[in-house]
Amino acid sequence: MKTSITLRVDGEQRSLAIDTRTTLLDALREHLGVTSAKKGCDHGQCGACTVLLDGRRVTTCLCLAVACDGATITTAQGLATGGTLHPVQQAFLEHDALQCGYCTPGQVCSAVAMIEEARAGDPSFVTEGLTAPAELSDEEIRERMSGNLCRCGAYVNIVAAIREAMGQGVRS
Amino acid sequence: MSANSDGGRRPAKPSAGTGVNGLLEPHAMGTSPARMDGAAKIMGTAPYAFEHRFERPVYLHPVQSTIARGRITRIDSRAAESAEGVIAVVTHESAPRLASAENKELWVLQSDEVHFRGQFIAAVIAESPEAAHQAADLVGVEYEAAPHDVSLSVARKDLYAPKTVNAGYPTDTEEGDAEAAFAAAAVKVDATYTTPMEHNSPMEPHTTVALWQPPKLTLFDSTQSVHSVRTTVAKTLGLQVDQIRVISPYVGGGFGSKGEPHAHNILAVLAALRAPGRAVKLALTRQQMFCLAGYRTPTIQRFRLGAARDGQLTSIIHDVVELTSRFREFAEQTAVPTRLMYASPNRRTRHRLAALDLPKPSWMRAPGETPGMFAGEVAMDELAAACGLDPIELRVRNEPARDPESGKPWGNRHLVECLREGARRFSWDQRDPKPRQRIEAGWLLGSGVASSTYPRYILPGSRAAIRLGGEGRYVVRIGAADLGTGTWTTLTQIAADALGCPIDAVKLEIGDTELPNATVAGGSSGISSWGCAIVAAARELRRVHGSRPPPGAEASAETPKDADDNRLAQHSFGAQFAEVRVNAETGEVRLSRMLGVFSAGRIINPRLARSQFIGGMTMGLSMALHEESVIDERFGHVINHDFAGYHIAVNADVANLDAVWLDEVDDRSNPMGSRGIGEIGIVGAAAAIANAVYHATGKRVRDLPITPDKLLV
Repeated sequence: MKTSITLRVDGEQRSLAIDTRTTLLDALREHLGVTSAKKGCDHGQCGACTVLLDGRRVTTCLCLAVACDGATITTAQGLATGGTLHPVQQAFLEHDALQCGYCTPGQVCSAVAMIEEARAGDPSFVTEGLTAPAELSDEEIRERMSGNLCRCGAYVNIVAAIREAMGQGVRS
Repeated sequence: MSANSDGGRRPAKPSAGTGVNGLLEPHAMGTSPARMDGAAKIMGTAPYAFEHRFERPVYLHPVQSTIARGRITRIDSRAAESAEGVIAVVTHESAPRLASAENKELWVLQSDEVHFRGQFIAAVIAESPEAAHQAADLVGVEYEAAPHDVSLSVARKDLYAPKTVNAGYPTDTEEGDAEAAFAAAAVKVDATYTTPMEHNSPMEPHTTVALWQPPKLTLFDSTQSVHSVRTTVAKTLGLQVDQIRVISPYVGGGFGSKGEPHAHNILAVLAALRAPGRAVKLALTRQQMFCLAGYRTPTIQRFRLGAARDGQLTSIIHDVVELTSRFREFAEQTAVPTRLMYASPNRRTRHRLAALDLPKPSWMRAPGETPGMFAGEVAMDELAAACGLDPIELRVRNEPARDPESGKPWGNRHLVECLREGARRFSWDQRDPKPRQRIEAGWLLGSGVASSTYPRYILPGSRAAIRLGGEGRYVVRIGAADLGTGTWTTLTQIAADALGCPIDAVKLEIGDTELPNATVAGGSSGISSWGCAIVAAARELRRVHGSRPPPGAEASAETPKDADDNRLAQHSFGAQFAEVRVNAETGEVRLSRMLGVFSAGRIINPRLARSQFIGGMTMGLSMALHEESVIDERFGHVINHDFAGYHIAVNADVANLDAVWLDEVDDRSNPMGSRGIGEIGIVGAAAAIANAVYHATGKRVRDLPITPDKLLV
């Protein structure tokens, strides 16, 4: 069964008729040709498919496309404007916070949203108390980025990149 | 930029004279340009195998066996075939016939036999992934199950000695009388160490998109070697090599599991033959990767060390028991590093295999060295404790002047320098050697050290072609692979120095069988093997066309034969230092600090090299504390077959982890002065952590991974 939906993807309005079983990830990759979000596990366990959906980070393999009708989606491709990398992306490049690159767009989207979550006062597992604003220490960054697996083991560089991007006042 | 480009402090100078090929003058080499494919990968626009654009593709979903051994007695694909969107169902009854049964792993859908649980027994081709997936569930299968056997133990009566072990090493070696010397030793360590089944688990699933446009077959593949995929597929299918093109510009990690073609390559091709003109897309699911893409065998290693009271080794005995699949042999070379690490007049190493009804084990980052050095380096730590010696001092006292088994001179052995440099940086001299001495806020603190090593390989058979384009850029072509290793960047740097031009005057082309033949990105041999071919091609260009070649000038050359290969024992070495905290109540182990110091010849690109080293160390940490594929013996499969059940290190598991290297140039290795660095980072990492856990707790855990239960008993 197919249903018509509209998505705003990286600034572009896209309409498509989609099988109700199709995940948002497959809709992006197989129907819209947006392959920035990666499929690493299809079970919400690796984070490679992370995008910003209405400004929040989500694993698109766990979303059904039909349930996202009208959503605004930003992938790592869309974070770069006019070929210029987003400051978080630029910091990833400088710190070599990637090797094979397959988890990287998801890491970047996750980092951008994570910085915003902390700014909004969302606590993590390692935050002292639930009410005080969270200072993004290395420990906080590591904890909040742990939904994005990297088998190449670039974690220390990912933390360094995020730290540097934050130092430049990065907001999502 | 990392702070590591300073390397170590040892002022290693290249020895007098140059190697057989003459050293390149480093201009681009040794600098740290950012990853050239970095921006595209960071935006997600670099196309991996599944992501190339295809006109009207179709999707393949496999059906897998639910028994571990036996025969298919009936397979009914009618319901699947009539499901909406289904194009065809391929089974062993309907699949095209293959030409070569030599590699049983690739003998896909050719018979009713089942060799392991999860084997491909059918596949559905459909217009959408959803339709293919749903129809795959509609294929009815009946079996005649046979009893399966998936239990590895040293007590098995059917353990056997393979003819050789991986990479062609002898199965057994013996010098002197190791048993007698061990029996007579003043100090002894006799312990059994185990490492579990582990899965490579690259983030990008194994993928093949196959397009059959008779007589041409095009494969978009996720592979560490386009040319070996082409050769193997051609042989298996009975096609000519030049009918096949394999394209793989970007690879989402491999760690050995994409080093050789697996069954999915053939399954995709069989389906493509059924759907000519349509690109057939197959990516294994994460669950399927746990039975169809290789893994590291579990090992049971009895390690015996005999020594004088001063720590001088008199006997080393390393007996390894591990597994292979019954249908095709793979013998990991686990005891091989024991043959070269330390001096001893008496030594024995042995490998024995159990052939089981399991998928075939294969290469996983530093096969042999990784599990073997876990056992050996923990045993050395145990010996140091037994002798009352500092573990670094013990290793220094047993430093061999020559390669112990072959008697060959070392090409470039700097293990002791690595240990000493690491000790200095890690403040090792402030360590109280007694275990269980430091406790802070309920956490026991300890530190440990281990050596690492990895052979220097250069594989024969790569060819590079260079042409000076009209716009004054050199086009350098070789079918090499970049699986995150940095090939796009480092080969460009090597080519620039070989051609005496800046890096932006080089346009590199890799990852395609249309390019000249390249050997596998495996055995940490890639940059050395391909780099040698590029240097040879550049020299050929100069020889034919002089120092100012005209536009259109071209030349090509192969990786030259290596005259030093048999004269010297060439290996990289390193030292790993770890500091851990162990929760005194729960047994939870947290890594707080880790440092690797490596000796690997010239470092081509420090920024990218550091990533390789710390990446290997991070995988070693993951091996030490987390990873274990658990076989359910009732059914013969890995039950924790996804990232929820098979934990790999996440960001929160890694703390202060860094790698540095000795500032050196290995003029005996190759014209770049380099050795490979893709694998050494994992070697010894788990042992350093296990030794740190012992130092923290006084408990010696010999079975990986070091989970809390093992510290609470």
